[in-house]
Amino acid sequence: MGETLLMKGNETLAEAALRAGCEAYFGYPITPQSEVPEYLSEEMPKRGRIFLQAESEVASINMLYGAAGAGFKAMTTSSSPGISLMLEGISYIAAAELPCVIANVTRGGPGLGTIQPSQGDYFQAVKGGGHGDYHMIVLAPSTVQEIADLTYDAFDLCWKYRTPVMIMMDGALGQMMEKVTFKEYKEPVRDISWATRGKPANGDRRVITSLHIQPEEMERVNNKLQAKYTEIKKNEVRYETQNCDDADVVIVGFGLSARIGTKAMQMMREKGYKVGLMKPISLWPFPEKAIEDLSRRVKGFYVLELNAGQMIEDVRLANEGRAKVGKYNRYGGMIYSPDEVVEHLEPFCKELK
Amino acid sequence: MLEEIIFAGFGGQGVLSLGQTLTYAGMVESREVCWMPSYGPEMRGGTANCAVSISDTPISSPILAKFDTAIILNNPSFEKFEPRIKSGGVLVYDSTNVTLKSTRKDITILAIPASEEANKLGNARMMGMILLGAYLSKRPVLKITSVTKALEKVLPERYHNLIPLNLKALEIGAGFAQ
Repeated sequence: MGETLLMKGNETLAEAALRAGCEAYFGYPITPQSEVPEYLSEEMPKRGRIFLQAESEVASINMLYGAAGAGFKAMTTSSSPGISLMLEGISYIAAAELPCVIANVTRGGPGLGTIQPSQGDYFQAVKGGGHGDYHMIVLAPSTVQEIADLTYDAFDLCWKYRTPVMIMMDGALGQMMEKVTFKEYKEPVRDISWATRGKPANGDRRVITSLHIQPEEMERVNNKLQAKYTEIKKNEVRYETQNCDDADVVIVGFGLSARIGTKAMQMMREKGYKVGLMKPISLWPFPEKAIEDLSRRVKGFYVLELNAGQMIEDVRLANEGRAKVGKYNRYGGMIYSPDEVVEHLEPFCKELK
Repeated sequence: MLEEIIFAGFGGQGVLSLGQTLTYAGMVESREVCWMPSYGPEMRGGTANCAVSISDTPISSPILAKFDTAIILNNPSFEKFEPRIKSGGVLVYDSTNVTLKSTRKDITILAIPASEEANKLGNARMMGMILLGAYLSKRPVLKITSVTKALEKVLPERYHNLIPLNLKALEIGAGFAQ
């Protein structure tokens, strides 16, 4: 274990990528994530690695496609409107089965929106965004320490499954400072026998493409992707629970909402309500089994999101109508305080008592 | 122990770095800490603030509606945050620049002529440290020596010659709080 440092979330993401051996970074500045390229522009060249400020997000994602295709550990970062520009490339990368890390430090939308924090990109991240039947693994940290840990995981998972992995955190997490300790990074064995680094003298030509004109061939590609997604759903679900054993009502929230929800839970406990908290960490694959299990013993779920209600659809699907589902939302860059959450959560709990 | 503090003033007054100094000081004492800045339009010339949490247990919400302590550097911030101090909390403000008055009886109020005192010291930027000294003297959540150690971390080496002056400013503030 290294020294304990005080760092911003964005700087932590950049430092963790460096430690995880990121060899190439492509990006275009956008608030609230510009500290990431700022940090890497300084540190990557020092280590003989690639830092490239592209002319646009469209260029960044296609450079990432190229670097990943050549078998390099590569990353891009952006914020909501910038990620929208990358969606075509993300779909291509998923289809071509290339490993890379994409971080979205989210801000309020739709449109150019605001630079203030939001969780409005949940649908875009977990339901596709780009075209076709693809998924990314989506990891949502809620503390600066988790940003460090999940960045390591993102680099490992993208290589394990040869699939793009997204780290999704809101702008507040990017901007805030907390204590962080970087664990020693252990480089896993990486198979790059598929990478396009020139035709091997005694092997076949390697081709990376997402174009398969024959529908029979395209269906075969889809089957392979779906089999991989089934495997990921089986192995990579992550979540945390607090005080759920005796809970009547469980707050469900990710990222910043999980932090605010934790305080709201503590305040509700002080008022005598049995409230727990469930924090999905992998947004895809979504912890549906955990929600299903909870739905058989709690009276209600209360879904906290800094959007108009997106993850709540996945909670409802797993709940299958068993427990009552309530919600509280702010959006457009506005953030609820724990007190505000309690004010709205209390009548919901009273009704279920 | 959980202390939630808001630092607020104009952009450029050093509000964010003052909050960072206290956050580092919390880390020096191995506490859990969180520093949450306002960012965006407010930073560009308007008001700036940061919320700092210092705790013995993991910190839940970095977003807060009410605070144990408010350290206020201008009138707009006074208007915004004075009503949001918890009962039994502390209000520390620079009475050289803040002309508003609090009528609250349920909080401790420290009106410190910090800018005036900083000018007497010959460095207007010491205003924040004077307020911090007053606060920590009234409510010793962290040791002054931890703040000194924090300054060694926060300040670039070329400014380390200013640490004695910062210490003096902390002492002046503490004197006003007594």
